[in-house]
Amino acid sequence: MTTTTLAVTDPRRERLAALGRRAAIRLAGGVLVLWAVATLTFFALRLMPGDPVLAILGGPSGNPTPEAIEAARVEYGLDKPLAVQYVFYLGRLVQGDLGVSYSQHLPVTRVLAEQGGATLELTVAALVLAWLLVLLLTVVTAGRGRLVGGIASLAETLSAALPHFWLGVVLLAVFAFGLRWFPPAGSDSFASLVLPAFSLAIPLAGFIAQVTRESLELTLDQPFVLTARTRGLSDLAVRFRHALRHALLPGVSLSGWAIGALISGAVVCEVIFSRKGVGRQLYQAVQAQDLPLVIGISLVVAAGYVLANILVDLLYQWIDPRQQEAAA
Amino acid sequence: MTDLTHGHVLAPLRRQRHLKLPPLGASLAILFLFALLLAALAPGLFTRIDPLAIVPREAFQPPSWAHWLGTDQSGRDIFARVIHGARQSLLIGLAATAISMLIAIALGLLGGLGGARVDRAVGWLLEVLFAFPSLVLALLFVAVFGSGVGPLIVATGLGGAPGYARMVRGQVLAVRNAGYIEAARALGHPTSRIVLRQLLPNAMRPLVVTLTMGVGQAIVWASALSFLGLGARPPAPEWGTMLSMGRDFIANAWWLTFFPGLFIVLTTLATTVTGRYIQQRLEGRLP
Amino acid sequence: MSDKTLIVEGLNVAFDGASVVRDLSFTLLPGRCLALVGESGSGKSVSARCLVGLAGGRAQVSARRLSFGGHDLLDLSERQWRAVRGRNIGFVLQDALVSLDPLRPVGKEILEVLQTHGYGDRHTRAARVHELLERVGVPDVELRARQRPGQLSGGLRQRALIASALALDPALVIADEPTTALDATVQAQILEVFQQIKARGASLLIISHDLAVVAQLADEVVVLRHGEVVEQGPMQQVLRQPRHPYTQALLAAVPAEHPRGSRLSPERVGVRHEPRARSHSDVLLEGRGLGKRYLGPDGLVRQVVQGVDFSLRAGRTLGIVGESGSGKTTVARIALGLLQPDEGEVLYRGQPWNRPANAVSEAVRRPLRREISVIYQDPLGSFDPRWSVAQILDDALQVAGIEAPARPARIAVLLNQVRLPAELGQRRPLQLSGGQRQRVAIARAIASEPKVIICDEPVSALDVSVQAQVLDLLADLQDELGLAYLFISHDLGVIRHVSDDVLVMRHGQVVEQAPVEQLFESPAHEYTQRLLGAVPRLPGSGAELVVPPLDLENEAFDLFDETRLWKIAI
Repeated sequence: MTTTTLAVTDPRRERLAALGRRAAIRLAGGVLVLWAVATLTFFALRLMPGDPVLAILGGPSGNPTPEAIEAARVEYGLDKPLAVQYVFYLGRLVQGDLGVSYSQHLPVTRVLAEQGGATLELTVAALVLAWLLVLLLTVVTAGRGRLVGGIASLAETLSAALPHFWLGVVLLAVFAFGLRWFPPAGSDSFASLVLPAFSLAIPLAGFIAQVTRESLELTLDQPFVLTARTRGLSDLAVRFRHALRHALLPGVSLSGWAIGALISGAVVCEVIFSRKGVGRQLYQAVQAQDLPLVIGISLVVAAGYVLANILVDLLYQWIDPRQQEAAA
Repeated sequence: MTDLTHGHVLAPLRRQRHLKLPPLGASLAILFLFALLLAALAPGLFTRIDPLAIVPREAFQPPSWAHWLGTDQSGRDIFARVIHGARQSLLIGLAATAISMLIAIALGLLGGLGGARVDRAVGWLLEVLFAFPSLVLALLFVAVFGSGVGPLIVATGLGGAPGYARMVRGQVLAVRNAGYIEAARALGHPTSRIVLRQLLPNAMRPLVVTLTMGVGQAIVWASALSFLGLGARPPAPEWGTMLSMGRDFIANAWWLTFFPGLFIVLTTLATTVTGRYIQQRLEGRLP
Repeated sequence: MSDKTLIVEGLNVAFDGASVVRDLSFTLLPGRCLALVGESGSGKSVSARCLVGLAGGRAQVSARRLSFGGHDLLDLSERQWRAVRGRNIGFVLQDALVSLDPLRPVGKEILEVLQTHGYGDRHTRAARVHELLERVGVPDVELRARQRPGQLSGGLRQRALIASALALDPALVIADEPTTALDATVQAQILEVFQQIKARGASLLIISHDLAVVAQLADEVVVLRHGEVVEQGPMQQVLRQPRHPYTQALLAAVPAEHPRGSRLSPERVGVRHEPRARSHSDVLLEGRGLGKRYLGPDGLVRQVVQGVDFSLRAGRTLGIVGESGSGKTTVARIALGLLQPDEGEVLYRGQPWNRPANAVSEAVRRPLRREISVIYQDPLGSFDPRWSVAQILDDALQVAGIEAPARPARIAVLLNQVRLPAELGQRRPLQLSGGQRQRVAIARAIASEPKVIICDEPVSALDVSVQAQVLDLLADLQDELGLAYLFISHDLGVIRHVSDDVLVMRHGQVVEQAPVEQLFESPAHEYTQRLLGAVPRLPGSGAELVVPPLDLENEAFDLFDETRLWKIAI
């Protein structure tokens, strides 16, 4: 005849504790995922046609001497059984050794360190800009009638349909070559960040805005919004203090995926705008068939992406802790 | 509504609807897609000019009556190239989406139907696949297996698969827990019948929407890869390739890049609007 | 403002030209309570919203007179309405789980009213929030104020909702179905809170479909039907000597007031309905020592069902009654063989039907499933969204082994048995009313000529009059077809009306089991007595509402929703 009485603890502390627990679990999971990613890459490499040593040493254009080949074989343990190679590989990864890029004759880690900052800059700027656009659009068009809402919705659909590479080219033509407001290339100044960031941000903003708008409309029909009105709150206050938080949830949840899309887009934008960055490096590496660089960049990007997703997940939990309440 | 004092009063039966025309936006979108399909199947209906014909003295002509969308650096007519490019793009888009869907349905069904352990394994696999942004995954694939239209299709398909798989899995799980599945079991239907006759059809239904919009997305991805030179090689009239070819001349001859891109935009718009319209019609029937 | 009288004269509301409220008039004197009563579509909620100017942008509202406390409420600007809402008129909606912002602590919700109308400063506001929560009977106010609605039990969050409406001591409090989503014991407590509000001098306007609830609070009653007033007057007169046939029919439809065997609805049927004789018949479905556990996401093990025995005899009705968290729904699923017990067993006709660890395989059960059917609370969710009524019934007949050529005729027979016109077969469930859908569900249930039907809250979502018809239909079918019912409900009145024997469940255990009259007239267990005392009755029944004390132990069970952890294997 045992009855379970809920121990009522301080809600705020409970929330932080739950968040902490979740962060720990997600990080552990993230490490596991990265390990799986590295393993998969390892085996994908072995599946490739051709001799891996040649690929490592310089691809089809390099002409390594037989001694160099033998030396590499020993160094990479390619004469040893697969399991040992795998251990070597993991060992090197953990130590941060991603191999050497033969097209640039530099350690991959060096390339990443030099180029990574610019890509990070671009991705973050684009994400922030996208969200600013979303909030601006939602605020300006909130509750101004059906016509305004319809126009806004159209604008959102249109911008979401713009491919970022085309948008980049168009922006380049109009603002860099045409009006000469911004530099057409470069990665050092703030001005050079503007056009690439916009070409990434606009399509993303359109997409997130659509989702957020739909969510906002759904939320405004909820009973708790009506309750807020019965308290004497103005329409604007109801939208901002109550509805917005709920309406943003799907957008936040999408932001994880959005970061991945932005990284993908950064590859193309860096090429178009001749910006420094791992995206452009990746592209050039693929063209040069520089496998160590391709693999190295992919792994690091994956790691960053996994981390970003974990952060987004935690943010979502912080805004909406309800999932824990689902059955408790 | 039944009425206490008057017995049954039926809601009036709606008359059998004639084929209802979709609203203006959706109609235009569907029309555009049809035209595109037609262009893919029979480009000759739209233009007689050879998309690959080099006419050096007519290079860099702006849009005019002779060349509706202008000519490129080798004098090739851009309109013809865009029309012929439709076939490439549609082919790649449809094939890549098909690959994505096949992988997605296989994984999604496994995860949704397979029981807790299988679901966790599938979820895990998806997370690993998801660890790569789609373009990076595609680039990785191209790096390992080379460039060209074939790898392009597979690469694009692979890039889209994880997202769809998650969606399929979510749908399958939602339907699996639905009241009518439980009711079917209570009636005594065997599992195979429930899964085939009720679970799958209901779960797959909303995916028609995703599929439609996905073709547009796949075309964009494939164009991006071609733009980077990793897909259809110049002088193929693929839209992304055309964009990349015209990039160097953007200052003086904007039409080289503008029109192929415009067509990509229109195709994406059309698939999105059509997908939304299908969704609205489907939702009118779902509780 | 000494004279806080609400005067409504000739209120008309229309949506896009279609009239939903016509010529509603009443006067509510200070300190009194008036109830707007009606079923769905009667216009009662819309009328209430007009009194705070929230009928919606598409509503066309007009009245000869609309005033409160001498202030004219007609043609107020939005700005002026905002000054009235919350300060002069408070509004309470039903179901605090969705009527309070799920993402904000309840304390903040109450604070919001104070902030909006510029009450005091930070310190006085915080103190006021605590004071209000105490006034409505919430314990541990400092802690509770920081919890979100989802972390509070149903009763506590409804109190918090009421507190937010009372924040500025409005002279008029409007409550729209304030107790509908609540358990009986909790409902009684909330009614007490409203009594206290009234005792403090506020006027109360209650909107409800539940006549017994109305009888506890109202001084005057206005009965609405399709937007028109059919009857209006002092509560005692309207509810004890109704003049209009609609009011009479509404009262006749309340199951609690009518003994077993009597009809609730005026529907005429060919066969005269006779009360069932109490003969001893075979035991069909039997549960012994059933137990079920779940591991919640917070790591605690919860015993959702413990040591439950039941026995259902042919042709009889066993009612299982309990509040939320009692485990009755889980017992229903175990009885159906859709969930496996962790302990105990279920026997059907003496043979093992459901045992732990999959000891009885689905292959063994399947051929017998045609003898046990089920009706759910939400019939729409139990129908395949793609199918028409005929397809739903065809599917049920197919699994019952009826050959394809014979099915259309059988479908016609089934529809006739549940008193639905044959043309309905072509419709889809979405196009039917709630009562019609439930009839289709019943038709599906009897398609295989079962011996047992498990009814899981089959009438809880229906209007009173529709509920009456469905209950009558179930009773008729029981006679015609010799069915046994396992009837699960939280509504004691319904249980009393339909059952031969009753099982009372609480926190997963059976607290009392007895034949129906014995249980209701002389309940043995303290919980049963508490439960029965908490059910509001119509005037003239002689029963007084007994408000049970606040039971915090219940919170753990109230918040744990085991239906989310179900995995019905297919």
